Amino acid sequence: MFLLLPFDSLVVNLLGISITVLFTLLLVFIIVPAIFGVSFGIRKVYMKTLLKIFQWATLRIERGAKEKNHPLYKPYVNGIIAKEPTSLEEEIKELRRSGSGKALDAPEFELSDIFYFCRKGVETIMDDEVTKRFSAEELESWNLLSRTNYNFQYISLRLTVLWGLGVLIRYCFLLPLRIALAFTGISLLVTGTTVVGYLPNGRCKEFLSKHVHLMCYRICVRALTAIITYHDRENRPRNGGICVANHTSPIDVIILASDGYYAMVGQIHGGLMGVIQRAMVKACPHVWFERSEVRDRHLVARRLTEHVQDKSKLPILIFPEGTCINNTSVMMFKKGSFEIGATVYPVAIKYDPQFGDAFWNSSKYGMVTYLLRMMTSWAIVCSVWYLPPMTRQPEEDAVQFANRVKSAIARQGGLVDLDGGLKREKVKDTFKEEQQKLYSKMIVGNHEDRSRS
Amino acid sequence: VSHSQITRLYSRFTSLDKGENGTLSREDFQRIPELAINPLGDRIINAFFPEGEDQVNFRGFMRTLAHFRPIEDNEKNKDQNGPEPLNSRSNKLHFAFRLYDLDKDDKISRDELLQVLRMMVGVNISDEQLGSIADRTIQEADQDGDSAISFAEFVKVLEKVDVEQKMSIRFLH
Repeated sequence: MFLLLPFDSLVVNLLGISITVLFTLLLVFIIVPAIFGVSFGIRKVYMKTLLKIFQWATLRIERGAKEKNHPLYKPYVNGIIAKEPTSLEEEIKELRRSGSGKALDAPEFELSDIFYFCRKGVETIMDDEVTKRFSAEELESWNLLSRTNYNFQYISLRLTVLWGLGVLIRYCFLLPLRIALAFTGISLLVTGTTVVGYLPNGRCKEFLSKHVHLMCYRICVRALTAIITYHDRENRPRNGGICVANHTSPIDVIILASDGYYAMVGQIHGGLMGVIQRAMVKACPHVWFERSEVRDRHLVARRLTEHVQDKSKLPILIFPEGTCINNTSVMMFKKGSFEIGATVYPVAIKYDPQFGDAFWNSSKYGMVTYLLRMMTSWAIVCSVWYLPPMTRQPEEDAVQFANRVKSAIARQGGLVDLDGGLKREKVKDTFKEEQQKLYSKMIVGNHEDRSRS
Repeated sequence: VSHSQITRLYSRFTSLDKGENGTLSREDFQRIPELAINPLGDRIINAFFPEGEDQVNFRGFMRTLAHFRPIEDNEKNKDQNGPEPLNSRSNKLHFAFRLYDLDKDDKISRDELLQVLRMMVGVNISDEQLGSIADRTIQEADQDGDSAISFAEFVKVLEKVDVEQKMSIRFLH
């Protein structure tokens, strides 16, 4: 028993020393650069090493599958069925052409017309453009996370060991580190903004507020090990403008706000989020709405307009898609923010899913589960492009303007620009009516001729 | 159908199955935006559900989709005595016939035709015009004079239409 005692204190000493060392390292390598906005480049090296390992892992799986002579499940991004890009009119004309020898231009109804609708319908059941945007993107090569692996049975021993090592590193080393950083970041944000809030309004307050915000967001960025590349920073949003971006996850906010100083728009939540929101608004004016006010579109529009017209206030950050999309496409923008009449600064955000898919599938995971998943991925790698500002032209209405901005963002980010893509809820009937109108033109008209003759 | 195609369709089935109980209900189908805007969407959804049931499992899902398998050349000369494959020309035509024939009495009556026409054109055509279109179509197709279109008459009207191609969906891989 006596032998244990000195051993015990040795262990305790070792633990104490390692924790101190860890925290010093933390401070030096992560928090201090975050405060000043510089970077050591550690994350880039980390990213490159990981890429090499992933490529090796994929090769091994493919080799393993070939040896056992089984087909691999290969994810296909472009859809699983061949769809003809012909329009309603062309298809129906073709149907009639093959069916009867009658005059092609005479509009009339044929029993075979139904085939068009029938096939289109079944095609959308098998594979449609919209529902697949709401589940995470499938990867071509494996990134050593079991959550993205579809070929579980082909992993060799070496690969399993590597995967186990990865799990160890991610959960036992990276996760506590990240949680500590996140904790530091958030508490600094809350205390910092509250303290700054006590200062009298003026340049000093603004300066401090800006730097407190930036510093805390930078720490949060490191808490997620987000490796962000900013492009075209000269186009960054200015006061009195609206910043518009595509939405993949709540992390988008952190990513954009760590590089610029924005006023946020949103609903006041309870709990931790609410505390953060209330603290932030003390330091500089953000636009928070009560839950009841969110429904009142006029109120929302009025407050946003007031904010935008005050040139001393910060640019507003808005995500017009309204919901999180899986970052392979851009869905239809809600027109509300485009009706206000301010300059719009579009921003395109594209994540690289190889290191950790940032998409938040809110029907599958809650916020806390989502954050934990983010913190146990390898890293979040993304690119941010600042596009040149756009204003609404006199001859276009809000919807056309919104579509123009959407196309610009989709083009820059390499995302698919979906027309009229909609949320998970039921679709408006106007789209169905359009189809019906088109079809009616095809079968009517004949009777007008007939009644004349 | 190859192994990977089945896997892919199963993946699709599960992503549509929001309740995660292994079956699809009508709501699961209606949630697909592009299907909801198809004028015949509801009828097509009905085709998946067997008589009187509200849930379809993966097997039923595949069975209905099998109608749309392209016809391979080597299948045309197969054994004529065996059961007809689901994607034969006749079965494809039958699938479309069932979209018209709601009460499943093997005849498309004037009312059923009117109903389908109404679904396809919405409010853009008057009742009278639609009525005369329906009458004309039945007149041209009807051969036994019962003012309704039976399956045989349906087949005859469509004998020149390339059903195999129009009612087939090809996989990309």
